[in-house]
Amino acid sequence: MMLIALVAVPAAAGIVAFFIKQNRLRWGLLLLTSSVHLLLTSMIRLSPQQPLLRGWLFLDAAGYLFLGITSLLFFAVSIYGTKFIDKNRHRIDRIFTSCLLFFLSTMTLVTLSHSFDLLWVAVEATTLASAPLIYFHRHRNKHSLEATWKYLMICSVGIALALLGTFFLSIAAAGTGGGARDGTGMALSNLLQNASSLNADWLKAAFLFLVAGYGTKVGLAPMHTWLPDAHSESPSMVSALLSGALLNCSFLAILRGYQVCVAAGQGAFAQEVLIAFGLMSMGVAAVFIIRQSDYKRLLAYSSVEHMGILSLSVGIGGKAMFGGMLHAINHSMTKGMLFLVSGNILAAYGTKHVKLISGMFKVLPASGVLWIAGLLAITGSPPFGSFISEFIILKEALDTGHIWIALCYLIFLVVIFIGMATVMLKMVQGATHDPQTDNNLPTTVQVESLWSIIPPAVMAIAVLLLGIHLPPFLNEHLLEAAAVLNIR
Amino acid sequence: MAAYADTLLIFLVLSNFFLLGSSWLTVYIRLVSIQGVILCLLTFVFHKGDIGFHTITLAAGNGLLKGLVFPLLLMRAVRAVHIKREIEPLVSYGTSIVIGTLSFCISMWLGAGLPLPIPVVSSLVVPVTLFTILTGLFLIVSRNKAITQVIGYLIMENGIYVFGTAFTLDAPLFVELGILLDIFVGIGIMGIIMNHISREFDSLNVSKLSDLRDWTS
Repeated sequence: MMLIALVAVPAAAGIVAFFIKQNRLRWGLLLLTSSVHLLLTSMIRLSPQQPLLRGWLFLDAAGYLFLGITSLLFFAVSIYGTKFIDKNRHRIDRIFTSCLLFFLSTMTLVTLSHSFDLLWVAVEATTLASAPLIYFHRHRNKHSLEATWKYLMICSVGIALALLGTFFLSIAAAGTGGGARDGTGMALSNLLQNASSLNADWLKAAFLFLVAGYGTKVGLAPMHTWLPDAHSESPSMVSALLSGALLNCSFLAILRGYQVCVAAGQGAFAQEVLIAFGLMSMGVAAVFIIRQSDYKRLLAYSSVEHMGILSLSVGIGGKAMFGGMLHAINHSMTKGMLFLVSGNILAAYGTKHVKLISGMFKVLPASGVLWIAGLLAITGSPPFGSFISEFIILKEALDTGHIWIALCYLIFLVVIFIGMATVMLKMVQGATHDPQTDNNLPTTVQVESLWSIIPPAVMAIAVLLLGIHLPPFLNEHLLEAAAVLNIR
Repeated sequence: MAAYADTLLIFLVLSNFFLLGSSWLTVYIRLVSIQGVILCLLTFVFHKGDIGFHTITLAAGNGLLKGLVFPLLLMRAVRAVHIKREIEPLVSYGTSIVIGTLSFCISMWLGAGLPLPIPVVSSLVVPVTLFTILTGLFLIVSRNKAITQVIGYLIMENGIYVFGTAFTLDAPLFVELGILLDIFVGIGIMGIIMNHISREFDSLNVSKLSDLRDWTS
């Protein structure tokens, strides 16, 4: 029942929110829903769930990991968004609030889906729920129109390919007798059970289509082209959710395909594919991060990089899987926090151009400090959590003899570190702008609302703590998640 | 039954060639509608053994949405923006037909080469669906109007749908309806955005949407 509540509560709240006229009340409902969602998510762990609907809905350790990330991030974003309520009455409208809630509901459904066709429905639904969110700044300029159109078209076409992959998978299963006529043929548990008799060729084709299709949504290069546009044009809280939650959820869809491949003895093939996409994504991100002129695009390309790292970690396998799962948490928290801070910067300076921004330490002291903390965390510097996870992946790559992969991985990480550091350090340092040359830019200390500082600060501290001490329960859970994905 | 299936699939191929060669938006939309009807009939042909609630709902849902609702919505959009033709395609119509023929040959070759683990009603299913998917993809990348891209997406979805039903891959009804609902909402949102594009730029050319890029400064 709790599984259904997790999906139904935000969906119902989304419908109700559409009919509430008062801004405060509507946002209050969103805050309430996100707290309930977080509460339910933490309670589920205490009471293990049975598969529901003939195994269609089931929460395993991997799904729970991504559900937890989504729920936490959504909670942080909903608190951050509170600052907009008082500032401007028209900023957050009904459609926006409703779509945020639907977005939460559909992402939850992705993490709970234990059947490939339901998974497809859920992932496509996340695209539809988030498209209006990206389109939020429609009154400001035409760019949001462009970003939304690209997002819709590229992701819809990509996900259509994933549907074809899903059908391929069921053809692979059809000969086994496990592809029963009672509608459970595409359930993950069923496929895993009959894995040994799956048709290998169709399974490989299916996996390729699944990776290409869902990979579009994950932002793996070369299907990432919608990602920088969508992330830079949407409101910062939406960018945080897209990057920290949506990309992960779509990655889970690829992991489900990987799970079947491993069970069917095609793990090596799947790993090669994931390594190729992972390295390509890191390389493309590195190229575009250098001399990037827009700091939100910078963060977006960094997401492409980190999705590449996740993909690579699964490709390397072994302990790297554990590192990858840990890295997913680190990346989501750090990137969510960075996008929220970028919202503060955008609000104060009114521009996304790196060149026009300097002296953040003087103008936005708290955001400036968080921006630097975020820079260190996202580039994997000690003592932040991402250092640990990236190190585990590197060590496993070396231990398993993937020397060249490890070398490329290191080079890309260093290039990206330099690229991000030059851009982001320039923004915080230096003098404030001369008020006579450009009147629009702030020169004095701005008042930063607590709503906009506390959520990113808490997330930064969490990532820092993860680097210093990994709590035993989390360690255990990550091990379990990595094990679930690798059952032969 | 195989004869019916073959006939319908051949109609599908013909409609794809018409799509590639035509420049009139109304013709595109009529062809979308025709494909919707073909899809509806194919659902019955493929599910010949068990025409029950499941099959009828699925066929009716597809027929109604793709044969009637989408074409009507698209027609309204076309009338609203006063555009009748896709004038400057990135690939000319003659070349499009040639590319279509080539991709049809490739689809036939691929379809013949793929060993199927399960029997299928007609041997044309795999090549025709592949060809339909390729046609949709080609329309998306080679045409300049937002509306033609949406139509391309629909054609591609049609191909994938026929592939799925041909193997009577039984997803439960609620999943199939979920897929339909997703496509429906997707087209709806695309329609809204399309409307805004035409208001903003006074045209439906997606080439206007090219401001966002790296390294502009």
